[in-house]
Amino acid sequence: MSERILSVLVEDKPGVLARVSSTISRRGFNINSLSVGPTHIEGRSKMTIVTELDAVEQVKKQLNKLVNVIKIVELDPEMTIETEVLLLKVSINKDTQTSVIEKANLSSAKSVDVGQDYAIFEMTGSSKDLNKFEKLMKPFGIIEMVRGGRIAIQSNL
Amino acid sequence: MTKELITGAELIVRSLEHLNVSTVFGVPGGAILPAYDPLYDSPIRHILARHEQGAGHMAEGYAQATGELGVVIATSGPGATNLITPLANALMDSTPLLAITGQVASTAIGNDAFQEAYTVGLSMAATKHNYLITDASEIPQVLKEAKYIATSGRPGPVLVDVPKDILNQKTSWVEPKDLDLPGYKPTLEPNPKMIQQAAKLIKSSKKPILYVGGGIIHSKSHKELYDLATSYNIPVVTTLMGRGAFPDGHELCLEMPGMHGNYTATTSIQDSDLLIAIGVRFDDRVTANPDFFAQNAKVIHADIDPAEIGKVREAQVPIVGDAKNVLIGLMEALKGSELDTASWINDLKEMKKNFPLSYDQKDDGPLKVPYVLEQLQNLTEEEAVVVSGVGQHQMWISQHWNFTEPNTWLNSGGLGTMGYSLPAAIGAQTAFPDKLVLALDGDGCFQMTCQELITASTENIPVKVVVFNNGNHGMVRQWQKIFYNSKFSASELTHHTPDYVKLAESMGAVGLRMTKKDDVKKIFTEMLNINDKPVLIDCVVDPDDMVFPMVPAGGSNDQIIMNKEDLKQL
Repeated sequence: MSERILSVLVEDKPGVLARVSSTISRRGFNINSLSVGPTHIEGRSKMTIVTELDAVEQVKKQLNKLVNVIKIVELDPEMTIETEVLLLKVSINKDTQTSVIEKANLSSAKSVDVGQDYAIFEMTGSSKDLNKFEKLMKPFGIIEMVRGGRIAIQSNL
Repeated sequence: MTKELITGAELIVRSLEHLNVSTVFGVPGGAILPAYDPLYDSPIRHILARHEQGAGHMAEGYAQATGELGVVIATSGPGATNLITPLANALMDSTPLLAITGQVASTAIGNDAFQEAYTVGLSMAATKHNYLITDASEIPQVLKEAKYIATSGRPGPVLVDVPKDILNQKTSWVEPKDLDLPGYKPTLEPNPKMIQQAAKLIKSSKKPILYVGGGIIHSKSHKELYDLATSYNIPVVTTLMGRGAFPDGHELCLEMPGMHGNYTATTSIQDSDLLIAIGVRFDDRVTANPDFFAQNAKVIHADIDPAEIGKVREAQVPIVGDAKNVLIGLMEALKGSELDTASWINDLKEMKKNFPLSYDQKDDGPLKVPYVLEQLQNLTEEEAVVVSGVGQHQMWISQHWNFTEPNTWLNSGGLGTMGYSLPAAIGAQTAFPDKLVLALDGDGCFQMTCQELITASTENIPVKVVVFNNGNHGMVRQWQKIFYNSKFSASELTHHTPDYVKLAESMGAVGLRMTKKDDVKKIFTEMLNINDKPVLIDCVVDPDDMVFPMVPAGGSNDQIIMNKEDLKQL
């Protein structure tokens, strides 16, 4: 099943995230990712919801019923710029240090903090790239990993 | 000039007056107490219920009988949680409701304060929208919005939660502004192209059915429905929520389809080549297994809520809009055309004759609910408002009562809330003090909210209650009989049955009892002659009676169980 990406413009009001997520779970819909943040317009936030549902039409309609939801656009995957952020803390020692940093550089991950026995990398990119990087770091011992929700925007192409 | 300073509580009462609210139902308590002080001095009538669930159903009954907003007030914590059932009920049946709840002081929120509950969170999935007030000056604007959201589009319940310190906060009256709800713009006007497409399908249909429901009643479009059906000779089925939208007794009226619908209504849909579905949601109690539902029919589905269209059944012609505008549009688009439905109507007439509803009332046998209902309706000259509970009696009323006007049949259709009948009847009677309002309830249902009889007698609300006393949760018993080998697990109420006559008397109502056929006319006449206080009849009926026709849940509407004999083949 292919992924569907919804870009949801909402009023920046208390509880709006709870309303959206409650609607999604109450109707029995599953989502892969949900992220929310401010937009360039005062009082408006944007949510990016990624789902694999065939029932995406029903999700859209149910979300549209929420008073604080202003507009829902389903993004065309062919014309969508999508990114996700990751922070990853990995173990290092004298033997592995060079190799870890080299691999991170090649993956375009940025080192943001390096200590005696650990390094923290930051990376943005497609989910696929982030997955690849995680796999690459795994043998060295991942101490902690955090990923932000996926965000997407329609291209003008 | 300095503006007059008033409290948040006064703002609430003044806002309600501005919104033309004349009656509220509620129960006071700590957090909401400040609001009850100015309410005392207001011309708004407050009805003190004995339980917040009762108050909520009263507001629903008021709203369903009038088609206007119902208002309920409760305190924080348990007051608010007790409202969840009526809110969920109103959401399912699209009843316009405004609930105002007290909340602990905003400084205490989140600290597990005394009588604190997260009301906005708890009611989120049981309301159309809800608010937490954070400054008293918001109150006039929020209440104006709340009323608009509750009553417009697909109506529903809206809750406004107000912390106690906000109720006491002093501020000045701020005239509410024009509404600015960028995410809430109900579509009322149907797309003309869709109306044309629908008209085209209707013109070529040989076996059309108007499948209509609560949407007709909410949009007050029963006249437009009547015009369309009678101008083009299209038979009409009215769902449980749509009873009264088209007059029973009219030759085009097939009445209720579905699980306990009559044979002709259910079968007409199965045989139809075109469903003109307006203000209905293809509920599972109508469709049974949707895969076997109206397999030969194309579907025109009109609803004000776009999410209902295509939810259960794909529509060849989807129409988003207010039912009234849709009906007017269809009428216009069909002008000059004639439908060839004569043989279809004839077939259905034959079917009605061959498969009537029936019951078997013996002269010396136990009373049967359908018989009692027919006798009661024969004795009532005016159009009564009939308010039902949930279960067997509800189905029998919907089957056997003749509804000819909208807003005269109130019941809990979607949520199936036992305990709805008496408080909802009190709400309806409050709106129409001079109308005959009948709470026709089951004994299982009645025991869930029977304390509201005290509310009725205290407030001089002369509702007439008939408790169909079969000493059982009748519908549960029926299912246990059919599907659980007559193992009557926890469905019998007979071990400690209250004496309903004494119970009524102890609550300031008149109590009467009927047990046999000879009693019926006499006791009902007595009841109908009492108009200065509530009356309750303990109507002792046959515990083994079952509701037929019946289509088991998840079954096919092509296989209707007509009677006990059919059951043996299951």
